[in-house]
Amino acid sequence: MKILVVDDEADVQPLFLQRFRKEIRNNEIEFDFALSGEDALKYLEDKHSEVVLILSDINMPGMSGIELLGHIREDFGDPPPPPVVMMVTAYGDEENYKQAMDKGANDFLTKPLDFDLLKQKLKNLTA
Amino acid sequence: MYFFVYIGAFLLLTRLRTSVKYTELFDKWNQTLRWAAIGVAVSFFLFEKIFPDEITPFLGPLILGFIVAYTLKEPDFKPLKSFINTHLPLVIVGFLDAVVDLITPKFYAEYDDYFQIGVLLAFLWIFARWASTKKQQQELRMMSVKKDELEAVVAERTAELTKQRNELQDLVKELKATQAQLIQSEKMASLGELTAGIAHEIQNPLNFVNNFSEVSAELIDEMEEELEKGDKEEALAIAADIKQNLEKIRHHGKRADGIVKGMLQHSRQSNNVKEATDINKLADEYLRLAYHGLRAKDKSFNAELITRFSENLPLVEVLPQDVGRVLLNLFTNAFYATQQKQKQGDPKYRPVVEVATIAKKGMIEVFVRDNGTGIPEHIKDKIMQPFFTTKPTGEGTGLGLSLSYDIIVKGHNGKIDVQTKEGEYTEFVICIPLSVKN
Repeated sequence: MKILVVDDEADVQPLFLQRFRKEIRNNEIEFDFALSGEDALKYLEDKHSEVVLILSDINMPGMSGIELLGHIREDFGDPPPPPVVMMVTAYGDEENYKQAMDKGANDFLTKPLDFDLLKQKLKNLTA
Repeated sequence: MYFFVYIGAFLLLTRLRTSVKYTELFDKWNQTLRWAAIGVAVSFFLFEKIFPDEITPFLGPLILGFIVAYTLKEPDFKPLKSFINTHLPLVIVGFLDAVVDLITPKFYAEYDDYFQIGVLLAFLWIFARWASTKKQQQELRMMSVKKDELEAVVAERTAELTKQRNELQDLVKELKATQAQLIQSEKMASLGELTAGIAHEIQNPLNFVNNFSEVSAELIDEMEEELEKGDKEEALAIAADIKQNLEKIRHHGKRADGIVKGMLQHSRQSNNVKEATDINKLADEYLRLAYHGLRAKDKSFNAELITRFSENLPLVEVLPQDVGRVLLNLFTNAFYATQQKQKQGDPKYRPVVEVATIAKKGMIEVFVRDNGTGIPEHIKDKIMQPFFTTKPTGEGTGLGLSLSYDIIVKGHNGKIDVQTKEGEYTEFVICIPLSVKN
């Protein structure tokens, strides 16, 4: 399963790689990273059919996660199934949640990320 | 004709007496002058009977001459000196009259009229002078009355002005104290605005600290497993990861530390010690704080932040908190302007806030540009004025730019300029000399 993680903080990358060390080694999960919404769109141009799940931060300089979500829902729904998109944010307030859900997010997670919970969700996804 | 000489002497004494009336000299001279006058009147009648005809004409001028000489020497009558002098012609003409009559009675009898006219003119001279002196005195008296009045008015005005000046000085003192208070509360207000941004900025590194330490604990378990299995290679790879994580923990710990220090610095009273400062770092820090500060209030707000920092920017001698405050203020304004423009509802609009630094000869320049609402031409001149704000009541103190101006121009000998087009952009340029003398 290929997962794209979108976050402007570069240190998110080693964190994911280490947290999912076993899964990666067992070839259950593969990670790719983008440092901005714009980067993510470029990446998806080529590989949207491979990506099963997108985890995106909302608050990023430039294109926000919500905007990215809008583009994903508009441009990358074909061929089905559309990728699962989970929004991640430090501001876990109602307004952000509502906006994300309206734009078609599948889930909404708050920072600091609970990796055990995330793993559980991934299991449900593949089941 | 010596009758006039006696009258002259009599009137001189009488007038001297009148002139000392109502002064402290009156008691000293009143009796003397009165008796002298009576003496003159009596001697006029007596001398004619007592002395022979050749001598009597000399006596009048003699008496008058004596009185004139005596009073001229007397310091008490000094103010009347010019009046007393007017009697001298009468004394001289009187003597001349008597002398000529004695020596050549025939000649005298022939030109009798001229001598009489001479005495009369000398006598009238006294009166003419007396009248004009009196007029002058009156004028002088009036002038002195006016002068006193004026002096009283001047004194009154002076007192009034002194009072006003003291009141103004007190007011200035009060204003200075209020200003200091305002500056402090401006600082605290901007700190309040920043709190959310700061919290967010600290939260991120703290998350990393927590996550990396947690994952490192897990990695150690795994490493132990691998060692038990005897997979030394994998164990070493894990150890390298752990080491890297510890570095990350340290890095993010320091990041949080720096933010807290910066926050403390911002709220402290400035200590007026200029330090060599990296303006790029300062600008970057405050740009983020301002951005997160606004976003904490308006969660849907997003802006593109562009930084174009000159790589070889020299350190600048500045008060870092003060210049930080200026930058913070400019950034906050820039974000506010783009936020306002976004609220106008153009779906294509993308807020952009840009900061750039340039090194020039002997100075550096910092550009802060936004593509927000811009500043209308008619208020452009007012934006640096204290208490001028376009924000709704209660939202802005109106001191931000005014303080910024003071800090840059007065505190650092620099310049602050603005270029703007309404509806399109605003660009502030700060220019700071490399070394600022205190």
